Amino acid sequence: MAVARAESPGLSRFILPIAGLIGLGLCVAGILVLIDPNGGSNLLAAIYDALGNSAGASDLRNGQGDQLFAKLLLAVIAIGVGVGGIWLLYLGVGGLVGTLRPTWRDRILPWVFVGPALILLATYLLYPGVATFARSFFDNQGAFTLDNYAGMTDPDMVETLRNNVIWLVVATGGSVLLGLVIAGLFDRVRREALAKTFIFLPLAISLIGASVIWGFMYAWEPEGQPQIGLLNAIIVGVGGQAIPFFTTNPLNVFAEIVIMIWLQTGFAMVVLSAAIKGVSTEIIEAARLDGANERQLFFRVIVPTIRGSIVTVITTIAIVTLKIFDIVYVTTGGRFGDDVVANRMFHEMFQFFDDGRAAALATLLFVAVLPVMYLNLRNFRRQQVEG
Amino acid sequence: MTAPAQPAVGHVTRVAAWRPALLRSLPLRLTVIVICVLWTIPTLGLLVTSVRNPELISSSGWWTSLLNPLAPDQWTLSNYQEVITSGGMGPAFLNSVIVTVPSTVIPITIAAFAAYAFAWIPFRGRGILFTIVVGLLVVPIQMSLIPILSLYSGASLYGTFIGIWLAHTGFGLPLAIFLLYNFMSQLPRDLFESAAIDGASHLQTFIKLVLPLSIPALGAFAIFQFLWVWNDLLVALTLLGPSTDLRVMPTALYALLGSRGGQWQLLTAGAFVTMVLPLLVFLVLQRAFVRGILAGSVKG
Repeated sequence: MAVARAESPGLSRFILPIAGLIGLGLCVAGILVLIDPNGGSNLLAAIYDALGNSAGASDLRNGQGDQLFAKLLLAVIAIGVGVGGIWLLYLGVGGLVGTLRPTWRDRILPWVFVGPALILLATYLLYPGVATFARSFFDNQGAFTLDNYAGMTDPDMVETLRNNVIWLVVATGGSVLLGLVIAGLFDRVRREALAKTFIFLPLAISLIGASVIWGFMYAWEPEGQPQIGLLNAIIVGVGGQAIPFFTTNPLNVFAEIVIMIWLQTGFAMVVLSAAIKGVSTEIIEAARLDGANERQLFFRVIVPTIRGSIVTVITTIAIVTLKIFDIVYVTTGGRFGDDVVANRMFHEMFQFFDDGRAAALATLLFVAVLPVMYLNLRNFRRQQVEG
Repeated sequence: MTAPAQPAVGHVTRVAAWRPALLRSLPLRLTVIVICVLWTIPTLGLLVTSVRNPELISSSGWWTSLLNPLAPDQWTLSNYQEVITSGGMGPAFLNSVIVTVPSTVIPITIAAFAAYAFAWIPFRGRGILFTIVVGLLVVPIQMSLIPILSLYSGASLYGTFIGIWLAHTGFGLPLAIFLLYNFMSQLPRDLFESAAIDGASHLQTFIKLVLPLSIPALGAFAIFQFLWVWNDLLVALTLLGPSTDLRVMPTALYALLGSRGGQWQLLTAGAFVTMVLPLLVFLVLQRAFVRGILAGSVKG
C-alpha cells in the first residue's frame, strides 16, 4: 500500500484502501466459514442452491454427496485466509502507520513489526508455561498440594523416570556415536552424497511412520506360524525362539530406542560431516607426518577438533529424546513397563483427567531442559558482546 | 547453538590425502554399502509389503516376494485403494495439507517481520525481548498443552483449523525468529543506509530488499516447519480432538493402528501414504534442508 502511494498519488489512493477493505471482508467471511465445523459443506451447499441444484445441496447438508469438494473448497479458503490475512494485516497497519507524523511513526512502527510475534509467543509459550507451573501445585478440586510431585516416587513413576533416563543416554549416545562414525567413514568414499542420503532419509519420516515401519520389523507370530517380521524370521532361521519385542520388558524400551536412533543418526551425521569437512588440511597432514594411523587420526585429531559440533548435536538430540512421546504412544502405549514421561503426561491429561499431575510432569521436562536454555542464553550473550 | 558449517577449504586436496588406494579401500567401501543397505531395509520392507497381495502377507515374509518377483498374483495396488478410501487416508491427506500450508506460511511471515525489526529497527526493550525469544527456543511443547487446551475450549477454537494453525505458529516462532534474525543481521549495513537515503520506508525496505535476499533462510525454515507440522501427532491429538472429519495423516495412521492393527497390508500402505509428500520434498530440496539443519539445530 505504502509502496504504491509513494509512486502514484492519484488513483491508487482510492483503489488500494477499497481493495484492502474487500480483502478484509473476505477474510472475516472466510474465518466464519472456518470456525463453523461444517463450514465447507454448508458453503458448497449454498453455492449449489444458488446454481439451482437443491438436491445436491441437501445431500451436502446431510453429510453426503460431494464431501471431497467441500474439503477442497475449505482448503482453498484456509490457505487464502491464513496467508492472505496475515499479509493484509501487516500491509494495512504498516501503511496506516506510515501516514503518521515521523516521530510517532518511528515510535509505533517497530511494534507493528514485532507485535504479532510477541502476542503469539506470550499466548502460546510464556503464559501457558507459567500457568502449567502454577497448576502443578493444585489438585483437581483447586486446593494447594504437593502430591503431584510426591506421586513421582510411586513405583510405576520411578520406572517411567528410569526409562526416560535410559532413553536419554542410549538414544542420544547411540545416534551421536553412529552419526560420528558414519560421517567419518562416508567422508572417505566416492559418491559420499548418495550414501549419506540413505542414512539421512528417515529424518523426513514421522515418528509414527517410523513406528509402523519398525513394528513390522519387530512383528511376532506365535510358535508354529510363519514369522513375517524380518528380525524374528532371522532368529527362528538360526534356530532361536521368536521374541515378542514390544511386550518383553526391559527389551521393549531398547527396541523402541532403536527406532529413534534410526531416525536421528542422519541428523547427527549431517552436522558432524559438515564439521569434519571444516577441519583444516594442515592439521590432518601434520598428524599423518607424526605417524598417526587412520583410526588415531580420526579419534585423537578430528574428534577433539569438532568437539563444539558434537556438543551441539548431543544437546539437540537429547532435547528431542527427553520429550519422546509418539514412539511409545503408538507401539505399546507404555503398558509393558516401557512408559516415558511425555506419554504418561498425555494419559494423565486425557485418560485420568488429572491436570495437576500432568502439569507436574510437564514442569519436570521443563526443569530438565533448563541447563540447555542457560547455555543457549550464555552463548547468545557472548555473541552479542563479540559482535 | 549454531553449528560451525564452513564449506570445506581446500576440500579436493584433502580428500585426495584421505582416500586410500582403490584395493586397500575395498573393506571400507563394503562397510559403507552394508550400512546403507541396513538403513534402508526397514523402509524397503514397508514398501514391498504395501504392494503385496494381502493373502501372501500373513503367510510369508516380504523378502520371499523379492526373491521371486515374477511369481503370479503377487503384486497389487488394491491396498492403497482400500486405505485411501475406506481407511480414510484420502480425506486425511487433504486435512494435512489444510493444516500444514498455513501453519508453515503464517509463522514465516510473522517471524520475518519480527526478525527484521530485531535486526534493523532500534527500539526500546529490543535486547531483552530477543533474549526471551532465545530462551523460549527449548521450552518443551508439553508446558503449553494444558492451558492452551482450556483456553481453546473457552474460545471454541478446539477442533478447528484456525486453532491448530495458531498453535503451530506459536510453537514454531522462536526457532523461526532466531534463524531469520541470524540471517538478516548478517546482511550488509550499506544496503540499509542506501535504501534510507533513497527515502524507502522500513516497510518498503523489508518487502523489496530484505525478503528477496532472505529466500535461502526462509526456504530452510519452511522445509523444517513443513516436516514438523506434517509429521506432528501430539498437537493434532491434543487440539484437533478425536473427530474423524479432522484427522490428519499421523492421527489417521494412528486410528488405522487401533482399528486394523493386525492388517499389515493396510498399515504399510497407510504409512507410506503419510510419508510420500515429506520424502518428495526432502529429496527435491535436500540441500536447503541440510542448510536449515546446520543453521539452527535446536527445536523446542
